[in-house]
Amino acid sequence: MTFPKVRVPYLLLFPGFAFLFTFFILPIVNLAQTSTQTPVKGGDTGQYEQKFAFGNYITAFTENREQFARSFIFASFATVLALAIAYPLAYAIAFKAGKFKNILLVLVVAPFFTSFLLRTIAWKQILGEEGFVVPGLRSLHIIGQQTTLTSTSIAVVAGMTYNFLPFMTLPLYASLERIDPRTIEAAGDLYANGITAFRRVTVPLSMPGVVAGTLLTFIPAAGDYVNAAILGSPNTKMIGNVIESRYFKIVDYPTAAALSFTLMAAILILVTLYIRKTGTEELV
Amino acid sequence: MSQKLTDATIPTIPVKARFSRWFGRNLLRIYMIFGFSYLFIPVAYTFAFSFNDSGKSNLIWKGFTLRNWQNPCGAPEVCSALGNSIKIGLLATTFSTILGTMIAFAIGRYAFKGRSSSNLLIFLPMATPEVVLGASLLSLFLVFKINPGFWPTVIAHVMFCISFVVVTVKARIASLDPRLEQAAMDLYANELETFRRVTLPLVAPGIAGAALLAFSLSFDDFIITNFNSGTLTTFPKFVYVAAARGIPAQANVIGSSMFFLALAIVIAGQLVNRKKTR
Amino acid sequence: MSSDAISARGDLRLTRITKSYGEFKAVDDLTLTIPKGSFFALLGPSGCGKTTTLRMVAGLEEPTVGSIHLGDTDITTTRPYQRPINTVFQNYALFPHLTIFENIAFGLRRRGVKDVKEQVDKVLNLVELPHLAGRKPTQLSGGQQQRIALARAIVNRPALLLLDEPLGALDLKLRRQMQIELKWIQREVGLTFVHVTHDQEEAMTMADTIAVMNEGKIEQMGSPADLYDNPQTAFVANFLGQSNLIKGKIDGSDGDNLVVDLYGQKVSMPKKRSHAVDSSLYAGIRPEKFRISLLGTPVKGNTLTGGRIEDVSYIGVSTQYVVAMPWGQELMVFEQNDDGVPPFDKGDEVLISWEPSFTFGLRGDEDIEAGTEVNPEDLEEE
Repeated sequence: MTFPKVRVPYLLLFPGFAFLFTFFILPIVNLAQTSTQTPVKGGDTGQYEQKFAFGNYITAFTENREQFARSFIFASFATVLALAIAYPLAYAIAFKAGKFKNILLVLVVAPFFTSFLLRTIAWKQILGEEGFVVPGLRSLHIIGQQTTLTSTSIAVVAGMTYNFLPFMTLPLYASLERIDPRTIEAAGDLYANGITAFRRVTVPLSMPGVVAGTLLTFIPAAGDYVNAAILGSPNTKMIGNVIESRYFKIVDYPTAAALSFTLMAAILILVTLYIRKTGTEELV
Repeated sequence: MSQKLTDATIPTIPVKARFSRWFGRNLLRIYMIFGFSYLFIPVAYTFAFSFNDSGKSNLIWKGFTLRNWQNPCGAPEVCSALGNSIKIGLLATTFSTILGTMIAFAIGRYAFKGRSSSNLLIFLPMATPEVVLGASLLSLFLVFKINPGFWPTVIAHVMFCISFVVVTVKARIASLDPRLEQAAMDLYANELETFRRVTLPLVAPGIAGAALLAFSLSFDDFIITNFNSGTLTTFPKFVYVAAARGIPAQANVIGSSMFFLALAIVIAGQLVNRKKTR
Repeated sequence: MSSDAISARGDLRLTRITKSYGEFKAVDDLTLTIPKGSFFALLGPSGCGKTTTLRMVAGLEEPTVGSIHLGDTDITTTRPYQRPINTVFQNYALFPHLTIFENIAFGLRRRGVKDVKEQVDKVLNLVELPHLAGRKPTQLSGGQQQRIALARAIVNRPALLLLDEPLGALDLKLRRQMQIELKWIQREVGLTFVHVTHDQEEAMTMADTIAVMNEGKIEQMGSPADLYDNPQTAFVANFLGQSNLIKGKIDGSDGDNLVVDLYGQKVSMPKKRSHAVDSSLYAGIRPEKFRISLLGTPVKGNTLTGGRIEDVSYIGVSTQYVVAMPWGQELMVFEQNDDGVPPFDKGDEVLISWEPSFTFGLRGDEDIEAGTEVNPEDLEEE
């Protein structure tokens, strides 16, 4: 405890919060306002006026139910997959890597620095018609002659899993690394076999990492449209793709805003419920 | 255990059991190899195809060449896009690191009214999907008749980087022993000197980490940038647009270079750290 | 006022200090004078308020009520860096990013002292670690870190040096060695040392005056021998060493002595060693003051008959006996092993005797368990 002079924290907060207020809160408020506008009669494309048309939300949602559902299903799958892949990896780095710990940790983050678009496109090419995987599998008759790996839902989910994997691995590692290995040994000493010790000691102690990792994966995955755009097909469009095209191609700001708002609200509700359920308050 | 072990009494483990035991013991190691291969396949692919003698569309292997590396700016726009990304990244990193570090100190060091709502305000941008952040900010710019472009992009990047900086720096501040600052005050350092001589040097690695994170987030961002950059092309935007007609191998050169550069910076940082503590 | 605090010298006087955290009073109306040049110990269990007291003297906390003076200067609200007081922190708080040299030089540089190098070298020689000047704190052992923390504080020649559980993190052997060294250094540099600890042995080894604290108040203050031989409260009797406290009644007087009835057996004790307020009292005797004899052996002084040996623990220099008395109490007796093997066995019928002048008397309404429930070893106080 240093001496809390009452004004100091507020002075420190002010510039940053003023910035966040102007460029985060204000835009969200503005977005809410845009979401209930309707086109100006006889006006140009992109001209809207405030009519408090809450019907926009119903139209937006019913027209894009499928994409909404797909976003949340894809994001859930990608999150679960990423957790399944990242947990053993983080566990291995935390407990089995010895002096290579730091280097391996760097390697987890390293792919980040090759543009994620380049990596996603690399997957597309590796798994695409011209890549070596598909012809190889076809000639071995593991997949049918018509089967493709790209432009499918599986490809989109796989791409998201891949791209958000570091967001999952790092928090998991952080919480696993904090576990005193002696607590696991103590569980063994108290008649817990390896699996029981893992289930009763390691997993509960790593929960903060699991919660943080799943959130950091799920949130961007649910709003993502790049993976769907590159690895998917028109049949795998997610809500992000819809918002993007409403904005840029159709210039339908109210619908895009209503969709954005619905997406954000849905995610916030899910996140709140999830944090309540897992009981991890101190996330940030 | 008084009985002496002779060769005959040493139990031999059957080969199959020995293998399964080896496998059990090394399962995680084997898993690690697969895990890292998965992470690095596209990186390796990108690197390999940076040597492809491909011409315009870098889809099929056509032969080895160093030309792309000798002339990374050979493809139209690729270097100006890279330049834009670096400029935006540096500016966004500077501002978000300063603002975020200040917030982190306020939240991490002081008990004050509104601390938990401050935490919430930091968490919210991270819980908001990028499309929403990008779209809402663009709407605001349009309302104020500000054309999307360079500065709007910088602002957008600062906005979403701040939270990550706060979280990273706060973690470092939390791990700081408050007795060190008390010791400094006890040794005749006033508040300002305590901050400058003890607090700041000890939090510095966290700030450096946060800056690196902010830069990589900014440099790699596509979605928010796409909304707010207008006609300005950044490197990810260049890749995305080029993807439709084939990405020039120069993009692979730049992607690979960024990878090795970042790796070098992080490893150098680790070495410096190790030297300092030794 | 506060600008000349830095050059204040003299006795430290705490006057009616109270420190409250909400409802809880960590320190409760404490008045205390620590004479210049003394080695003073604040001893007490975890949560007794000793660390809070120390932090208020250091300037890291402000008292809710009361004042602190150093000599004639009021330093109650002076900032920590404006007081001529330095602290050796628990766990040392050495700056991990600075070398040992820079750690020690820190205070000198802040005060703008000229011959930094010379002074740092001198103090490094005093703690016998001149070869470590260029290292970082993490490369030092616990004992070395402890000495550097001490050097970093005393190099400033403060009017007052505060030691907050300075030896808590060291192992037993090293702690013993450092206790002797600290005492030597205190004499060498001639500063006032105020030492906070929960370890009674540490306090007794080093300090010339000990204040025993309990629940925010001082129970008793005096030299180690005073406190041990003539404790005034059950808390002190139990916290400093072990005591046998036997319930009794004052049954008259005989010159300078009181006659006390302990469950029907008459013993005597000096009047001036009784702190009882009415006729009921507890007679206190330290376990090593008791003598055990077989029934029928002639003995001098006070005697209690009807004892039976319950338990014998041989611990090398001495043997500890548990003797069950007819009224159901078990008494603890320590006998020197000057004759080799312990002479008594479990089950022996014995009588217990002691020199009357070793007896101390406590008020009859005391809680005789006070101070016993604390195990100083497993309490690490913040």
